[in-house]
Amino acid sequence: MSVDILTPELANSVLTRANPVAKLAAALCITITLLLSVDWVSASVALACELFMLPLLGVRAGTFLRRTWPLAAAAAVAAYSTALLGAKIGPVWLQLGPAVFTEHSVLTGVAIGLRGLAVALPGVFLLFSTDPTDLADGLAQKLRLPARFVLGALAGMRLVGLLVDEWRTLGLARRARGVGSGHSPIARFKAFLGQAFALLVQAIRRATRLAIAMEARGFGGIVDGRPAPRTWARESSYSRLDAWVIVTGAGVAALSVGAAVVLGTWNVVWG
Amino acid sequence: MPHLPSGPARVHARGWGWRHAGRKAFAVSGVDLDIAPGERVLLLGASGAGKSTLLHALAGVLGAAEEGEEQGELTVDGVPAPAARGRAGLVLQDPDGQIAMARVGDEVAFGCENLAVPRDEIWPRVHRALDDVGLDVPIDRSTAALSGGQKQRLALACILAMAPGLVLLDEPTANLDPEGVEEVREAVRRSVDRTGATLVVVEHRVSVWAELVDRVVVLSGEGGLLADGSPERVLGDADVRRRLAAAGVWVPGWHPLTGELTPSALRDTSSQDDDPQAELLSAQGLAVGRSPKTPPVVGGIDLVLRAGRAASVTGPNGAGKSTLALTLAGLLPAVGGRLEALPALARGAGTSPHRWRSSELVSRIGTVFQEPEHQFLTPRVLDELEFGPRRVARRPEKEVRALVDGLLERLRLERLAEANPFTLSGGEKRRLSVATMLATDPSLLVLDEPTFGQDALTWAELVRLLAELLEQGTSLLAVTHDEDFTNALSDTVYRVDGGRAARVEAVA
Repeated sequence: MSVDILTPELANSVLTRANPVAKLAAALCITITLLLSVDWVSASVALACELFMLPLLGVRAGTFLRRTWPLAAAAAVAAYSTALLGAKIGPVWLQLGPAVFTEHSVLTGVAIGLRGLAVALPGVFLLFSTDPTDLADGLAQKLRLPARFVLGALAGMRLVGLLVDEWRTLGLARRARGVGSGHSPIARFKAFLGQAFALLVQAIRRATRLAIAMEARGFGGIVDGRPAPRTWARESSYSRLDAWVIVTGAGVAALSVGAAVVLGTWNVVWG
Repeated sequence: MPHLPSGPARVHARGWGWRHAGRKAFAVSGVDLDIAPGERVLLLGASGAGKSTLLHALAGVLGAAEEGEEQGELTVDGVPAPAARGRAGLVLQDPDGQIAMARVGDEVAFGCENLAVPRDEIWPRVHRALDDVGLDVPIDRSTAALSGGQKQRLALACILAMAPGLVLLDEPTANLDPEGVEEVREAVRRSVDRTGATLVVVEHRVSVWAELVDRVVVLSGEGGLLADGSPERVLGDADVRRRLAAAGVWVPGWHPLTGELTPSALRDTSSQDDDPQAELLSAQGLAVGRSPKTPPVVGGIDLVLRAGRAASVTGPNGAGKSTLALTLAGLLPAVGGRLEALPALARGAGTSPHRWRSSELVSRIGTVFQEPEHQFLTPRVLDELEFGPRRVARRPEKEVRALVDGLLERLRLERLAEANPFTLSGGEKRRLSVATMLATDPSLLVLDEPTFGQDALTWAELVRLLAELLEQGTSLLAVTHDEDFTNALSDTVYRVDGGRAARVEAVA
């Protein structure tokens, strides 16, 4: 069974019903704003708002944690390494041999960790509530991105699912030939490279065949030197809900900047 | 129905030919052919006679001048094929290779969108097309969740929704199990009956299509046509039959091993001795699955594989036949029960094949995968054959040479020794993939659908070779839907279905 990244089972939530383009805009609002400054206030405010809105996703807490723990782990690692390696300013809070943690380095670490989570969560919201086909419809119909590009990328994503299966089969097929069970790391690495190359060959063949099949169905046609006109079976439309989604995204961004400016922690990275 | 098909298309070819860029010879040449609107044509010819090239040309997807050189003229409804956009619809062989969208409804709508059909008209067309091919699934069903036969019917629905005047099918059933073949053929019959579209099918299993078409056209490998006429006339002509059979076409009533005579089993499979010395691999209550974490796909399997004996594993697609074969071949771990390599096979290497080192595995069990390309490791046929004995089994150099030379000759690969395996024809690739496994002289050979999509010549060659191996004491296990194959070779047949594997009657 192939890995089905293109037809995820989405919870029937408010966010699932919103237009993907609106969700994308809201997520970008928050993400870009948070990338402007490294301080713990704006990050915490944004993160708090995001966590507060988690129920809107309609995903069970267990499922959510199971699928996002790598993000939390990455944020924790980033926070720890910043605290360990950051500039040693202010009172020393903890010293273990050569490892020194000062007030400044620990607070910067916390800010980095929170920021990482706050920046990643809007993406998680988008991922958990969006069908890739709807996103493609939105990008092409609402943002007027070229259909050739958007649908090509969508079809490419389908191939990724097939290639996951193909990778497994290749592994077994090559083991049958006596490849890939060497015990030295070098032998394993060589076997991995060989298998990766074989997958690349198969990927190109599949892509070529798929391109022919799509062309045979009129895709990418040129009429009078311009892309042939195309209709869309499903209309990507905005509703009042989408206005709310964008207002919420902008609101979260404004609130976190406002709080940081008022508390005097706003600190633009290139300033 | 708001939008009716715009009528069947006419095909006209005069002195038509095509040479792929980078090739010296023309793939097709000198084709004079007129197909009247609504005719149903079966296009035959030897492997490499250019059937697919002609079909792709009719679909208008052969490409521009830089991709090859065109001769003569080829028109659909009086205009050059690439300009007749939307008039022809093409279904290809690989069920997975032609699906672009994630969901069934979007997939069928895709072609209509590309032709700028208004939205209100698209959905009625989608439902009509799915109805025509009898694909009764929700339109938001994931396209990845369909069976092979369903995927091919979906591909057919996709082109029917575009209301083409010309339906082109390029070996649409070559990769399907018998139920899938039946499903697809009936879907084609129903839809061309309703739309009246002109039909051109390429397929070397003639019997699948013979009664659905009203004309058979045979392409000659040397240019032009070898035969053209009604199925009865073309397939009834002794001379044409002989030439078709010699070209590897599956002519109805002509057996690849015995010709016009009734086929008989290739070997005597009646004696059922139970010589314990000949037992190689035994399974007791074996359960198999793709991963130890998921529930087993098939359980409670009891079987014994013996030297010099052949077993076939049959059953519907997705029942777990391949998983069973891969487990017996030592490539997947058993997820339950017992699988034991007996002394005659293990020869001191431990009782669990999955734990063997690669050098132990390749000299005991060989596995031929369905897709030969998955097993190619090097850019040269010769290196491919030397890989196992030299680099894995580490045989002495002299022995490697003798082994490889013997195999090249026996499998008629001498001429191709320097070629790149990926550039070989389908039949050559199959022969090479079997040869690479034989190079390390395994006692048990496991084959996954070895005859899928093969022409009759390759089929006969493969079956004769496997019969020789059995004679020499190799044990065979083949996952196969091919009854001719099972009848010719197998002593025992296991049927895998509904999570169980049961032995069915020994083949007479």
